[in-house]
Amino acid sequence: MVEEKVSPYRKYLREERLPHLFCPGCGNGTVMNAFFKGLEQSDIDFEDIVMVSGIGCSSRVPGYVKCDSLHTTHGRALTFATGLKLGNPDLDVVVFTGDGDSASIGGNHLINAARRNVDLTVICINNNIYGMTGGQISPTSPRGSFGTTAPYGSRENPFRIAEIVGAAGASYVARWTTAHPMQLAKAIQKGLNSTGFSFIEAVSQCPTYYGRKNKLKTTIDLYNHIKEHTITKRKAEKMDVTELQDKIIVGDFENPRRGALCKALKELTEEVSGGPLATKSAYEELD
Amino acid sequence: MVEEQFVLGNEACALGAIAAGCRFFAGYPITPSTEIAEKMSYLLPKYGGTFIQMEDEIASIGTIIGASWSGLKTMTATSGPGISLMQENIGYGFITETPMVIVNVQRGSPSTAQPTMSAQADMMQVRWGSHGDYEPIALAPSSVQEFFDFTIEAFNLAEKYRLPVTILADEVVGHMREKLIIPDKVNIVTRTRPELTDDYLPFDAPENGTTPMPAFGEGYNIHVTGLTHDKRGYPDTNNPETHHNLIKRLCDKVLANRADICSIKKEFCDDADIIIVSCGSPYRSVGAAIKMAREEGIKVGSLKINTPWPFPEEEIKSIANDVDNIIVPEMNLGQMVHEVERVVAGKANVHLIGKIGGVLHKPEEILEKIKEIHEGEC
Repeated sequence: MVEEKVSPYRKYLREERLPHLFCPGCGNGTVMNAFFKGLEQSDIDFEDIVMVSGIGCSSRVPGYVKCDSLHTTHGRALTFATGLKLGNPDLDVVVFTGDGDSASIGGNHLINAARRNVDLTVICINNNIYGMTGGQISPTSPRGSFGTTAPYGSRENPFRIAEIVGAAGASYVARWTTAHPMQLAKAIQKGLNSTGFSFIEAVSQCPTYYGRKNKLKTTIDLYNHIKEHTITKRKAEKMDVTELQDKIIVGDFENPRRGALCKALKELTEEVSGGPLATKSAYEELD
Repeated sequence: MVEEQFVLGNEACALGAIAAGCRFFAGYPITPSTEIAEKMSYLLPKYGGTFIQMEDEIASIGTIIGASWSGLKTMTATSGPGISLMQENIGYGFITETPMVIVNVQRGSPSTAQPTMSAQADMMQVRWGSHGDYEPIALAPSSVQEFFDFTIEAFNLAEKYRLPVTILADEVVGHMREKLIIPDKVNIVTRTRPELTDDYLPFDAPENGTTPMPAFGEGYNIHVTGLTHDKRGYPDTNNPETHHNLIKRLCDKVLANRADICSIKKEFCDDADIIIVSCGSPYRSVGAAIKMAREEGIKVGSLKINTPWPFPEEEIKSIANDVDNIIVPEMNLGQMVHEVERVVAGKANVHLIGKIGGVLHKPEEILEKIKEIHEGEC
């Protein structure tokens, strides 16, 4: 008899919520695995993790993880996460978001959270499409790609989210793909360990919508497509902009260390009040 | 020690928030509410609290919801345009039962309209602004003292019933200076932690009620979502019964407790032939109008609504049995008057004095309506 293979990370899941709602071939599982791997290799304890997400397929991840999780409104996850983290800096706040959630409806929150360098670890699963609503183009959809709202092919230019977040001032930024699970896990580990705003873009596949609409019918086709278009940051630096147009540039986009928000606000409070931050004070009688 | 100050209404609101235990504020500058954010940015660090200026009002309300789940009492302040932006997350606050206080210092509307002028433009937006069925709690101060007192009450109601509570102030109350008496000790409601058992259900609340709120990071492992959820907090969006039971309970926890929540003030009503029903700033002109009317032999009384939401139905119904004419002065073209008419249901004549433009009703304007009604009756 063949023994059933159980994922070593299954212990982190809310068993009672399985099976999950992700489609066959979806990249979310690979990113979740990379997250748990990165977490185990990081200095962070699973018990200290709380998760926040917005709306979309990627944002359903925290609902399956056995920790406190806040599933919020579309695009606004980073604002809720900012409140949780500043309200109780002892929490290790991890945000799961997607390309539509973070770069379209939540774009302003994304760049401002990066500017503030608020101490969050953000994992953005970028599948270049709106999966939950049925395959509409997103701000990262490549020019010429097809979606249910781009039946003639998209005529717009896509965002490069990681570069935007880096330019906005995040401490740690990386991009990897579901075809690079080890590197992705390593980046998540680094992100969890660093102070300030950490942003890990995980380029992923959506066979159900992106694949079907773009003649990449199987998950393998999508993996190969991602692999073929991937180029390391080091190589990309020597290439012309036009050569890079359809490339997925992977690697670390580390910023010179900037001040992180939690430490700055803690210092402010201590300076002004002479005492510690008032965490969980809603449960306390006032003096 | 009781303390006396001569302060701006918006500052009194900030002082009330601190007294109520608010230790987190997120906001975005907007006239005529900005002094609340300014005062909070000054006060909060002194009390170990956190102030943050966000990138917009949507971010502000998201942030105070997050901070509320971290275990803090939280507040934001804005005006009409900001309230419009916040509506989606206000609905999130209702469905997730998140306590927080939203201050709306109302101004001339719609759109950008009159930033520095007063109005009661959002009485109905606060009631119906977010999509779906929900029952809000709102308090409307008419003086600097009430702005302080009602802010404390707003925090207490938010904690007791676990929902967003709005303070429906306006530019007049926000920007005037008056004497404020800060009492020695104020009654405040503190959160209690739920008991963590093996079969703990974070949203298993009694009928017409709510349940203690845990803080994130203490091992409760709760899932909080804006989706229709079961008692465990897990999404159960296609089950009509789950949705019905959840939304019905969220509404009933307010409606069934009207007697505890609703607050009114009745004056000169015992012998009155006409009663003026006011809410917020217009009340300031009511007293003088009544005095002038009574000097001319017309018996007029006042019913001031402190809590426009939930609407004090019983109290308004009862005055309709006593008088034939009710006057409703509002700084809009008629919002709360519809509620008065609905409840009175034809038992008395309801007369609106709707005034827009940004300036409070003069007592003479109210007197004029009183005389018009009186002469018509004679």
